[in-house]
Amino acid sequence: MYELFADLGTWLTGAEQWQGPDGIAHRLTEHLQYSLLATLIATVIALPIGLLIGHTGRGAFLAINLSSFGRALPTVGLVVLVFLASGLSMTPVYVALVALAVPSIVTNTYAGMTAVDPEVKDAARGQGMRGHQILWQVELPLALPLIMTGLRLALIQVVATATVAAYVSFGGLGRYVFDGLAQRDLVQVLGGAVLVAVVAVVLDLALSGLQRILFRHRTA
Amino acid sequence: MTVCSRGKGRLMIKFDAVNKRFPNGTTAVHELSLTMPEGGITVLVGSSGCGKTTTLRMINRMVDPSSGTITLSGRNILEADAAELRRGIGYVIQQAGLFPHRTILDNIATVPLLLGHGRKRARARAAELLETVGLPADAAKRYPHQLSGGQQQRVGVARALAADPPVLLMDEPFGAVDPVVRTQLQDELLRLQQELNKTIVFVTHDIDEAVRLGDRIAVFRTGGHLVQCAPPAELLARPADDFVADFLGAERGLKLLSLSTLADLPRQPATTVRADETAPAGRTDWQLVVSAKGEPLGWLDPAATPPGRAGDAALLPVRPLRDTDSLLSALNESVASPAGLIARIDDAGVLAGVTAREAVHARAGAAHSAAIEPPRPATAPVGKSSA
Repeated sequence: MYELFADLGTWLTGAEQWQGPDGIAHRLTEHLQYSLLATLIATVIALPIGLLIGHTGRGAFLAINLSSFGRALPTVGLVVLVFLASGLSMTPVYVALVALAVPSIVTNTYAGMTAVDPEVKDAARGQGMRGHQILWQVELPLALPLIMTGLRLALIQVVATATVAAYVSFGGLGRYVFDGLAQRDLVQVLGGAVLVAVVAVVLDLALSGLQRILFRHRTA
Repeated sequence: MTVCSRGKGRLMIKFDAVNKRFPNGTTAVHELSLTMPEGGITVLVGSSGCGKTTTLRMINRMVDPSSGTITLSGRNILEADAAELRRGIGYVIQQAGLFPHRTILDNIATVPLLLGHGRKRARARAAELLETVGLPADAAKRYPHQLSGGQQQRVGVARALAADPPVLLMDEPFGAVDPVVRTQLQDELLRLQQELNKTIVFVTHDIDEAVRLGDRIAVFRTGGHLVQCAPPAELLARPADDFVADFLGAERGLKLLSLSTLADLPRQPATTVRADETAPAGRTDWQLVVSAKGEPLGWLDPAATPPGRAGDAALLPVRPLRDTDSLLSALNESVASPAGLIARIDDAGVLAGVTAREAVHARAGAAHSAAIEPPRPATAPVGKSSA
């Protein structure tokens, strides 16, 4: 057991392991690229939906249930399904990752919008703000902390799941896991898993730190 | 049609046969016809569910009536753009409803910014209002949660005044603050109103607040019926029916006295002794100990013979009254005073004389019957007030 961790340490710190097209630096960059792009696409889809249902109070039931459905989808199954339908490309990977990220963003955005004090919205309307002014000047800024929590959760989930890219022969940190499994190289499998976990935790800490700085004036 | 005025001023806000039914079937306002003149404070009062808040919210179209018309300075408000109408009407609500993510200054600047006045001008105006409502200048950069409830409410008033609207709607603005702060805020509102003379519509369920603030009071009954609208003295002296009388409470006579002042109640010279003098022995009457400047300090008991300076004796407390204080506080002091006398002071706080308990009581009785006797035509029961 001790030997395994010693080997893992050597694997992670070896200079040659970080270089080249199969090196950690390159795989890490790929992994982050997949994750950020997928989260960005998910945000573009989910944020307007969450804001709209939160602002109008309509369609919440449908949107929240669809989100739960999306959350329940098995990611690998979805990758295989889209792969069979569309052939070999990054599309199945992105479809699966976006489907994973959208629910967290929709539900958190909606939660943030409904958490805005009705008295404050009433006051905004009473001062003469129009619907879009209430949305942009009052609701969105007040919902922002929860919206950012949703984005953070989505990104972490996507980072943890982006290993599936390797399952359909693309790169990312999943490469080590799947190659290691194929080569019965336990150290490589563990190394890949540890790297994914570290990236997820570091991103989570960085983003929650950013949230704390941005919203330091808020009461809660 | 109930006219809440004695014919002074132009008509400002006019409800004509207004009804409001909500989709769930409840009637919030029933056949309301009411005019409020320009200037002065009209208080809408009644227990919860009587339609007073709905009535207020119909004026700035936060709620639209089911039927009937409402005009503001002769203009039908339903023909106006709702957002634009609201920018021209100040609006203050119970928990102040401040924007938690904006500084106090930016909260106050809300309406000027909406009107496109530009950030610099809006902020300058906001800073000016901070002082008007009695907040320190360093509050400008703070956020709402850093202020006390009373201070937040002042910011709410400042925000409503920022664009200098002629009409101010206040929906139980002082309902959530403690009684001491509430009294302060009420005083401040009256002081502000003396300066600005806005047309204020004020909703409360507290009849004492209504009597204290209102130039006229409209009493609503459950189901959205307006029962009576009259100046406070008239309302207290001649409630339209049992419902209004009950609502005004058992101390209606005393509340009436809170509306008269001591200004024309005669004073007698007082027997005084200065704090640094020795009180003469063998006295039989209560003496008022005064400071070197003439400010009353307390009553000296005739039974106790102080050994030295009068100021060192154990004095019984005195609560001196000014001419602007109410007959009700004089009545209270006349009961509390051991000497049966109330001490009267001038604006500088210097003793101006005393008035005997009997004189206060006689004046209180006279004020009460004077209020009740002459029937004025301006007040009349309205609607189906079958209590």
